[in-house]
Amino acid sequence: MSEAPETEDVPPMNAIDQAAAEWVQRRRFWNWSDTDQLDLDRWLEQSMAHRVAYWRLNAAYARTERLTALRRPGAEVAAQFRFSPLITGIAASLVLALGAGLFAAHALLHPHDRTFETPVGGHQAVSFADGTRIELNTNTEIRARMTTQERIVWLDRGEAYFQVKHDAAHPFVVMIGNRRVTDLGTRFVIRTAASQTEVAVVQGSVRFDAPGVQSAAYTATLRPGDVATATADSMSIAKRTSRDLSRELGWRRGVVVFDRTTLADAASEFNRYNRRKIVIADPAAASLAIDGTFATTDEEAFIDAARTIFGLHVDGSGNGIVISR
Amino acid sequence: MAEKPDAPRDAWLPVEGMSASRLEEWFVREVLPLEVALMQFLKHNWHNKSEVADLRQEVYQRVCEAAQTQLPDSAKAFVFRTARNLLIDRIRREQIVPIDAAADIDALNVAIDAPGPERSAIARDELRRLQAALDRLPPRCREAIVLGRIEGLTGAEIAARMGISESVVSRHLARGIHALAHMLYGETAAKP
Repeated sequence: MSEAPETEDVPPMNAIDQAAAEWVQRRRFWNWSDTDQLDLDRWLEQSMAHRVAYWRLNAAYARTERLTALRRPGAEVAAQFRFSPLITGIAASLVLALGAGLFAAHALLHPHDRTFETPVGGHQAVSFADGTRIELNTNTEIRARMTTQERIVWLDRGEAYFQVKHDAAHPFVVMIGNRRVTDLGTRFVIRTAASQTEVAVVQGSVRFDAPGVQSAAYTATLRPGDVATATADSMSIAKRTSRDLSRELGWRRGVVVFDRTTLADAASEFNRYNRRKIVIADPAAASLAIDGTFATTDEEAFIDAARTIFGLHVDGSGNGIVISR
Repeated sequence: MAEKPDAPRDAWLPVEGMSASRLEEWFVREVLPLEVALMQFLKHNWHNKSEVADLRQEVYQRVCEAAQTQLPDSAKAFVFRTARNLLIDRIRREQIVPIDAAADIDALNVAIDAPGPERSAIARDELRRLQAALDRLPPRCREAIVLGRIEGLTGAEIAARMGISESVVSRHLARGIHALAHMLYGETAAKP
């Protein structure tokens, strides 16, 4: 009974597919040590045939992440967000007695809420009594409700890196609008811009819940190297190496790292940190690729590179900096 | 023999600076969505259907080996050119040239407009498609995948829940992943 006939038209597995499928399932479902990772790396290094087979199967499995949306609605998480009837009752009467407006009510209900904010070019680390540490990147705003009962942070703007002291009894939750990231023992970074939220996990894992506009919510459990991007109506998950991740986290060391990054992307990255905006006025110049590490606030070094390496023309006479041929 | 032996280049950390993860990202984003059309092309132009999956794998391998030095402008044109060249190599090498295959060499034109990438597939259709794929797995295999993917169980927990050995769980999971890849990438979406 064990060998049900293979699904009709699925071709049989050849040896490479077999090995690749075995690696994918081992990494996903069983204890996975550093030695296992080395063995996998070694196998991948052996040939491009191994790599493409592995990439394909791993991507297929990653694509089924969305199936987790079929999980029964996360009742257990929702419970964390409800106040007990008693507390709500007290709060309601307080509001009535004082005739306070919504703001005051909020402050009374949540006297421990605190807001932290960085300006453009800023970088600030905040530590909490539970051992959790949050680093705010440029132009970022968070509200934190860290009590013995609840641990909720709202990322209202920008990008932040979270090092969370795990406590299963008091899950650490980050809200980005109506999207929610729940810590399962972790270091991760969240960046929000326009209607898009990107969550990247460095260590441990998180659960990411994003309600779709018109469809069911998506839920994904993210592991190290997973980068999930939620937009208004979709969620996608990609894999990054730890090297790529540490490059993206360069801002924690005060740098931006470019690796064959187009000038256009590099400029918009600089513009996140600086008030004086760089504009690449020429489409051909915009698609040139640049490598290197720059201090986030050192626009001059970047402009110099554009001028000396690419021979571009730089005009800093107006409000911004215009780079053209 | 006209062809060079495939030099085992160390592509993992290539000189040209393209990281493996970037190549992987490109492959998943640009190449995998072409699999439906590629499979149709191979099936249509190759006499032995049982070799089609191997051919597909070899196309991917060649495409990625070339792409690590430079990403092609059009993944689609490049993939089909590679497939066509591969078939021609094979026909030459196999000496027993099937008459009609030889006649077809020049006709190996690519229906480049065959069902293409479905990048724009909206989230809901995707979920429906995933469910349909899941439903077509053999029952025990599906059960293992559902427990792992949807219920979030580990391999050991799946084994306990299903009352089977861990090695059998591994086999179900591996087969399930392989079959899902075929259904998600190798077939047209409209399997009701």
